[in-house]
Amino acid sequence: MITAEQQKEIQQKFRERMDEDQLLNCMRCGFCLPSCPTYIESGFKESHSPRGRIALMKAVVDGIIEPDEDVERSLDLCLGCRACESVCPSGVQYGHLLEEARDIIQQSKKKKQSLPVKVLRKAVFEELFPHQNRMRALTGLIGFYQRSGLQKAAHATGALKLLPKNLSSMEKVLPKIPKWKEMKQRPEHLMPKAEVKKRVAFFTGCLMDTMFMETNDATLKLLQLAGCEVVIPQDQACCGALHGHGGEKEMAKDLARRNIKAFEDLRADYIITNAGGCGAYLIDYGHLLKDDPEWAERAAAFSSKIKDISAILVELGFHKRKLSLPHQVVTYQDSCHLRNVMKTSSAPRLLIGAIENVEFREMKEADHCCGSAGIYNIVESEMSMQILDHKMENAKATHATTIVTANPGCLLQMKLGIERAGLSGKVRAVHIADLLIEAMGEKTPV
Amino acid sequence: MIESGAKEKLIQVVGRENYDDTQAGRLVYSYDASPQFQAMPDAVVAPRNKAEVQAIVKLCNEYRIPVVPRGSGSNLCAGTCPVEGGIVLVFKHMNRILEIDEENLTVTVEPGVITLDMIKAVEAKGLFYPPDPSSMKISTIGGNINENSGGLRGLKYGVTRDYVLALEAVLASGEVIRTGGKLAKDVAGYDLTRLLVGSEGTLAILTEATLKLVPMPETKKTMLALYQDIEACAQTVSDIIANRIIPATLEFLDQPTLQAVEAFAHIGLPTNVKAVLLIEQDGPQEVVERDIEKIAEICRKQHAVDVKVAASPEHAEALMTARRSALSALARLKPTTILEDATVPRSEVAKMVVAINEIAEKYGLHIGTFGHAGDGNLHPTCLADIRDQDEMERVEKAFAEIFQKAIELGGTITGEHGVGRAKAPYLEWKLGETGIGVMNAIKNALDPNHILNPGKVFAKETDRVVMEK
Repeated sequence: MITAEQQKEIQQKFRERMDEDQLLNCMRCGFCLPSCPTYIESGFKESHSPRGRIALMKAVVDGIIEPDEDVERSLDLCLGCRACESVCPSGVQYGHLLEEARDIIQQSKKKKQSLPVKVLRKAVFEELFPHQNRMRALTGLIGFYQRSGLQKAAHATGALKLLPKNLSSMEKVLPKIPKWKEMKQRPEHLMPKAEVKKRVAFFTGCLMDTMFMETNDATLKLLQLAGCEVVIPQDQACCGALHGHGGEKEMAKDLARRNIKAFEDLRADYIITNAGGCGAYLIDYGHLLKDDPEWAERAAAFSSKIKDISAILVELGFHKRKLSLPHQVVTYQDSCHLRNVMKTSSAPRLLIGAIENVEFREMKEADHCCGSAGIYNIVESEMSMQILDHKMENAKATHATTIVTANPGCLLQMKLGIERAGLSGKVRAVHIADLLIEAMGEKTPV
Repeated sequence: MIESGAKEKLIQVVGRENYDDTQAGRLVYSYDASPQFQAMPDAVVAPRNKAEVQAIVKLCNEYRIPVVPRGSGSNLCAGTCPVEGGIVLVFKHMNRILEIDEENLTVTVEPGVITLDMIKAVEAKGLFYPPDPSSMKISTIGGNINENSGGLRGLKYGVTRDYVLALEAVLASGEVIRTGGKLAKDVAGYDLTRLLVGSEGTLAILTEATLKLVPMPETKKTMLALYQDIEACAQTVSDIIANRIIPATLEFLDQPTLQAVEAFAHIGLPTNVKAVLLIEQDGPQEVVERDIEKIAEICRKQHAVDVKVAASPEHAEALMTARRSALSALARLKPTTILEDATVPRSEVAKMVVAINEIAEKYGLHIGTFGHAGDGNLHPTCLADIRDQDEMERVEKAFAEIFQKAIELGGTITGEHGVGRAKAPYLEWKLGETGIGVMNAIKNALDPNHILNPGKVFAKETDRVVMEK
């Protein structure tokens, strides 16, 4: 419920903070409509399209409508995949508009939030994600759950049935978690085996360095093999995407400042990420801090160095090496943020296609979101699962036995999709870094 | 506001889930792609079939509720902006391709089908539906018919009107009319099909259409001709036609347009020349090759600085797609993009281009021009800022002058975008008092209570703009 008083406050903040040039820049041509998953899955509801959402934001600014629940609903249901930006000839920065609008609504509602919601948001946004040691501890607990026999017991007793369906499925597809001790050991500096071609810094990511630590290990190994000297600053933090997308922009800015500081004196040619979602947020720091005189320039410098692992591998000619796998059909699911924000979509395909015995088959609508979208698959699970099931039909049609992704959220979602489509054991989902290490005949170093 | 009796009855017809009168639900149907126009409807209603459309229109006629049919809202004349409130009728459920008749070469569709989806479906059977408005990726066939949309292939193949064989429509009374048929010839009575095509939803609500298809051309070739002199570029257009060549596409893009499009599409368009012609010819291979060669020669004679043929079908497609994004791409330069589609006889294109540039200079405006030069159909696009009142007034004056010039040259105020609300004040310039009178008589006969898309095509007395002599 948004009270009349809150509506007034939100409207006022919209007027002050929404970028009017961007709102006007949308000329309502509608070219974005076919790219929008929620427009399509909602049965072509304009209020669930980018053009509709921008019109709603503008109407709130113009005072034509009040920011009521329907407006909030429309914004909430957006995946934030930003596919609309890639097809927008006018170049409307939709993602920035969405983030600002969500932050205004969230910050206004926060004052009246019920205690449990307040506590949960505080726990996740303030107490958990910004602290890598706590991320490790929590992930460690999941690992303990998996190894201790608790998981088996939970499955055997049917205790998981108490969870909402997609959460219990999600539990099944979690990767095998490394031990807490293993998560803590991470070198700060790595040299390539041969000549140094580039000096790069590695952004580990909070989930990637805990739950998906093997993928991070694979990524580092790939960088070394490609000729990179790698620096891994220890005081880096969560990228802040979760906060930014969830209406906690100030916290996102704090995290951004921490990261800029951690990376700025490293003399690195690039800052490498292996998670499209994080990379896209990092590449936007320049925008996030544009009004902060002390940080704007530093943020822009930071953002200009962000590169995805697949892009640097192609730049260093990695796809020309001998890469080989047993014969299999492989398809690739784009990470929306890698594609639409980091503009990286051909590099992963080039790398996969370069592997001997791999038959690469493009999936229909590979550029459409899989429905993972951060925590969207938990908070908007109905729409998310509808999108996912649609996605799995397209994946199935390729007859691929390996689905490659480039972001942890997408990876988990694809695993969930495989489970839901009844393809477990027949189809696997892997991160591109893991696939490439496999194709090098290397085992992921533990 | 829709009175509660009518509301309950409408809900009974379409179901609660297809009737939306929430604030947000109405807001997102308060606009179309035309800048400067926005008005809230009272409700948004989505019928599922012809019977529901009939029931809705009947109710609206009884309660005197305006009905505005809307496809994807991509029109550029404020044709679907509900300026007098009422209900916006959306066709998202009525979007099926009913039949592709390979013996008669026709396709029959519901109005809500997306143009490109239909084009793809018929192309899969080796058939061709030529009208290709730039918005075809999102526009609906119903919208195309109501606006009589053109496109990039209009020069050789004509426009939507030339492909509509039969229509089914609901009249204001709620009765259903069927016009035409799968017929190559049909002179039984007035040509009501043609009357309804381009009627902008003011005469009846379309529920079904049968369209003519032609065989797919065997092959096609696409080329770009680059110019440093806009007049020479425009003159080439007339020269090509005068040389008895009718290309499938003959498009003009000036430098500001080229720069904006390239900034979006990144396909290597030349941005250092004053203008280009994008030319495509299709047909049997030997004809295409001969024509392209001849066209290249004509271009060079008019001092084209370069003539390039697209290396692959993919590159050709990229060029055409880039051209289709021209208007929206121009929108990235300034907050408000106002475009018109004054059209002149082909022989007058060069004069019109020069006049547009002079008018832009006179009013201190930034106008980018692109368009279907081969059809004499230009799209001067004014880049402005709606917040700058003085500038907006100058835009208004400049466009009035452009319309006037077009009519002087034997042209029209709109070639393919329609009159809608945006150009209603100028319609009399083209039709004259008698012409407007005839149209009024038709409107009154078919929609005596003026419930069908009111406020469009016909200007209110106060809106009429008097032509300066």
